[in-house]
Amino acid sequence: MDKRRQSAVKVLKEIKDGSTIMISGFGEAGVPNTLLSQLKDLHPTNLTIVVNSVTRPLSLPHTLIEANMVSKVITTSARGRGKGLSKFEEKLRDGEVELECLPQGTFSERIRAGGAGIPAFFTPVGYGTKLGEGKETRNIQGKDCVLEEALTGDFALISANKADRFGNVNFSYTQMNFGPIMATACTTTIVEARLLLEEPLPHNHIQLPSVYVDYLIESEETDHGS
Amino acid sequence: MGLDKSQIAWRAAQDLKNGSVVNLGLGTPVLVSNFVESCRDIFFQSENGILGVGPEATQKAANPDLVDAGSRKVTLIPGASIFDSAASFAMIRGGHVDVTILGAFEVSVSGDLANWDSGAADKAPLVGGAMDLAVSAKTTWVLMQHNTKDNKSRLVKDCSLPLTAKNCVERIYTDIAVIDVTSDGFLARELISSVSEEELCNRTSGNIKLASDCCVLKAPNITS
Repeated sequence: MDKRRQSAVKVLKEIKDGSTIMISGFGEAGVPNTLLSQLKDLHPTNLTIVVNSVTRPLSLPHTLIEANMVSKVITTSARGRGKGLSKFEEKLRDGEVELECLPQGTFSERIRAGGAGIPAFFTPVGYGTKLGEGKETRNIQGKDCVLEEALTGDFALISANKADRFGNVNFSYTQMNFGPIMATACTTTIVEARLLLEEPLPHNHIQLPSVYVDYLIESEETDHGS
Repeated sequence: MGLDKSQIAWRAAQDLKNGSVVNLGLGTPVLVSNFVESCRDIFFQSENGILGVGPEATQKAANPDLVDAGSRKVTLIPGASIFDSAASFAMIRGGHVDVTILGAFEVSVSGDLANWDSGAADKAPLVGGAMDLAVSAKTTWVLMQHNTKDNKSRLVKDCSLPLTAKNCVERIYTDIAVIDVTSDGFLARELISSVSEEELCNRTSGNIKLASDCCVLKAPNITS
């Protein structure tokens, strides 16, 4: 078995217009920049992107929106930096992009649930707030809760440190963030890693098991070690 | 003159119990870690997946893979651990974080918190982990300026901005006072010497009283 691929373009061509894509990353750590820059060149449109944050104007998730490739954003952090409007906020104001803003724990648990076969769950987070509006509610064990449905996607784009040819993955520090859960919640998972190994990773260094990974691409980033 | 941001953070740091697990929000709250000595065994949790955040990394030692939820390049303390986002929020929602310290736009007399949507026209929302933290931590503290730039009280009868969570704030540290949220309204535990009880009441919207044992709020000069 060998999930390593030479060409990211060939793999990314599978992403058709209208796909839902989950993108790992928190701050600058774990953003799949190699995959995103290639995807931008391929320019599929009408995408739904599931990403923690689109606050940074120069980040690649944000540039996909600027390039008119995105019709819906599911995120926890949409506000652009500074007082002026980001390109995303302009598009939002003009009705060109749809936004679903979620509390971060609800965002991550909906993805986890999507990969774990749990159709929905109740959480007290968001109850009685603007983000809980329109959601089914129930009082459980004395706590007012909202019902949150699982999130799944067509493609997960993940950044990691090392991967072996079987598709086992190891992350470096907080590069991990949403990577492991997004990989479980998507039909096809593409991982870019700094080091693609012929030899298997030591069993107890594996943080994302091969079953969740479909393709491996070498990252253009430098190795920061683990 | 009231306390500056570092002094507010210093004051809150004095109330943390040794050995506790603490999550710090962006802005003034993150300064709290500057005033906690390592011997106190306090573990700072960062919602991107760290338990045991250490001081900010020097430029030379900075690792772009090792950041906190505020995107600062950080270090780890001995005993620190790293985990994914689902595990991090299970830790938060499961009530394993002792104290969450957040910034705020408004706090109401009943402890409602508004800290994620400033209401600015056309600006998109940014909620991050604030709702999960405010709802789930064992204790929620707020660090904020007592008044807005146009002299409105940030302590209010009812929040006018969108809520983060209801009935969650237990203690507020401002530039002029330390205030508990009680079933009887705001209760000032400490007040700076240059502000009278009358001035405090005038600068606070919503029911506020002075505790019978209210002390003078003091903080050392802090050079940053």
